Amino acid sequence: MRETLDTVLRKLRNPKVVNGIGLGFVALVGVWLIVNFFKGPAEFVNVALDGLTRGSIYGVVALGYTLVYGILQLINFAHGDVFSLSGLVASTMLLSVLGLTGDSSNLAVVGGIILTLAITVPLFAVVNATIERVAYRPLRGAPRLTPLITAVGMSFIVSNISLALYGVDYESGSNLIPQGAAFTIGDIRVTWKLVVALAIIVPALFVLSWFVGYTRQGKAMRAVSQDTEASAMMGINVNRTISVTFFIAGSLAAVAGLVFLLEYNIRYDTGFELGLIAFTAAVLGGIGNLAGAVVGALVIGFVQSFNEGLTWFAPGGDWTRSIVFGILIAVLVFRPEGLLGEQTPEGA
Amino acid sequence: MSGIAERAKELRGNRNAWLVPAMIALGIVYPFVEEGLRNLPVIGDFMPTTGTLVVMIAFTMMAVGLNIVVGYCGLLDLGYVAFYAVGAYTAGWFASQHFEQVTFHFGSSVDNDQVGIHVTMWVVLIFAGLLTMLAGIVIGLPTLRLRGDYLAIVTLGFGEIIPQVVRNGDSFGGFNLTNGTFGIAPIDPVGFPILSSIGFFPDNFQTSDNRERWYYLIAFLLLLFTIFCSVRLRDSRLGRAWIAIREDETAAAAMGVPLMRTKTWAYALGAFFGGVAGAYYASFKSGAFPADFYFNISVFLLCMVILGGMGSIWGVTIGGLILAYLNFSGLSTIGSKIQDAGLDFDPTKYQFGIYGIIIVLMMLFRPAGLIPERRHKIELEEGVHDTPFYDVQTEGALTDRDRGND
Repeated sequence: MRETLDTVLRKLRNPKVVNGIGLGFVALVGVWLIVNFFKGPAEFVNVALDGLTRGSIYGVVALGYTLVYGILQLINFAHGDVFSLSGLVASTMLLSVLGLTGDSSNLAVVGGIILTLAITVPLFAVVNATIERVAYRPLRGAPRLTPLITAVGMSFIVSNISLALYGVDYESGSNLIPQGAAFTIGDIRVTWKLVVALAIIVPALFVLSWFVGYTRQGKAMRAVSQDTEASAMMGINVNRTISVTFFIAGSLAAVAGLVFLLEYNIRYDTGFELGLIAFTAAVLGGIGNLAGAVVGALVIGFVQSFNEGLTWFAPGGDWTRSIVFGILIAVLVFRPEGLLGEQTPEGA
Repeated sequence: MSGIAERAKELRGNRNAWLVPAMIALGIVYPFVEEGLRNLPVIGDFMPTTGTLVVMIAFTMMAVGLNIVVGYCGLLDLGYVAFYAVGAYTAGWFASQHFEQVTFHFGSSVDNDQVGIHVTMWVVLIFAGLLTMLAGIVIGLPTLRLRGDYLAIVTLGFGEIIPQVVRNGDSFGGFNLTNGTFGIAPIDPVGFPILSSIGFFPDNFQTSDNRERWYYLIAFLLLLFTIFCSVRLRDSRLGRAWIAIREDETAAAAMGVPLMRTKTWAYALGAFFGGVAGAYYASFKSGAFPADFYFNISVFLLCMVILGGMGSIWGVTIGGLILAYLNFSGLSTIGSKIQDAGLDFDPTKYQFGIYGIIIVLMMLFRPAGLIPERRHKIELEEGVHDTPFYDVQTEGALTDRDRGND
């Protein structure tokens, strides 16, 4: 028993075997995609565009996970729930306070979206930073599992706050944006959904990458995520940098919450599952790596849409969760550093 | 100079010797005095029924099993619900009418003309434990080399995948494995078909007059067995290896503890009890339904372990009983009291928010739990031998390391 166990393990760890299994699987998926493409090219592209819509939202949420993980090595489970609470608050703003309906003029809708963002983004930036201050900061220096367990607890607290405020009903702002195609190229339909999602998300990503790449505070964030102690010695205020990170993650969650509200429907527990998917995306891209999070999220978005939208041998929506988590497990087991990440000690 | 292990043994000697027998006696007597207790004024409403106690015990058993993984070995498992599911469905496969293609009976309490596989629940409980162990090994082998939070997230993934497989498993190439969203029901009852001729022992708990008392007594014995195994495991060579891994993985490996094998055993044995409890509970409520297995249950069980004290068997048992009581009876009783008082607030709706608050508060203010594990307590209160030989401040002076009074 012992010997066989160890032999199996040794074989599993052999990089040749690992790479072989991984490449074989990727090849299989590739063949599946190509066959599906030739069965209906236009449909295939439409499904892919739907995947782009999803993937871009996942990307914004995934960035929140990856930013926090990069700096604290903490999986902030509460992030997904902050996302859904922000979406719900955005629904109050858009639908109740501003009273927008499907009949409102385009200008009013655009104005409403900008106004809502102007309120929810700072609000949830502060909420997220408060969560860090209250629940995670006192545990700095505790064993690594302690803040992780606390994060699970915070996730439940935040989702129950959503439940208490909004009940179990779904909220949706999807009638605010036109349902049809913005324009068509042959049989390929580029929907308003996609256009709106990209119109909000792409600027947000530019602002983020400018902030992280070109400001003093962004430089501090990168320094702290590389080496907390060394950056403290260089005079960086580590606590403030961590707060800022949570601040940014919270604002990204608010952006994603609004976009999700406009595209789909949202309720108190939406954030849990979406959070897990986004986390998977972050791991797939290489956790801690910002570009990786977006790439991973797009891959997951495509996977989900192809799985649910294609017709030839697609497992279908019932299996989406299993497939996404299967990818998560496979990545962690075979390539813990992710697609774009660097080798970390995690997998050792 | 005495090490922590000796000190813990010493402490074990002078704890109250009557506590455990008293608790066992209370446990055995409870169903017979339940009627009277429930008629008491004020507190009577808060007394759990025997049926509730069965459920409480089933979940406490799972918590004690989870404690082996999380408390002893320090591996955060956020998908323990998967083991519960495997156990419950094993009961469904081997003791129900689910596989109508075959008719097979082995010492079962149900009529001999029923189709399907009907193995006596006593054997099914062991089957369930073994199959769940296997599931634990299968999940553990590829993932246990990951550390800490990565492992947590992978177990979470498995905890999400297995229920979905169960929910969609009504047609694997046309083969109905799990009966999809409808679940498998009815599952055979526990009983004593052989002893029933004596008269006292019922052939079938489900139809006997004292259904809940019988289920309760057996559940109680199973819980005692689980606790016994848990204590023995903790003090075994394997258990000490687990604790070594929990305290410092690198040091343990350097001391020759085989990491993978030891961790896999923690997983397998922790899973075993989850499977047995799952199968027993499935038999009690006579069904296994996919809606029972979701992430919240994993967190609920984790919350029991944290509340009681990670690694502390009695702590986890008490923590498990308290939380399971709140979940299955206490909160709704409190809720109805609140509503009687005229407030419109239903605490059962926010049960997981309440567990979330418990988790966060415990982690912030009492990370060792209600009844901390003895070893932890000694480490925290009396210190360990990690003080240096020389005190740098008063150069040359020996530190109190050599006083040997700890």
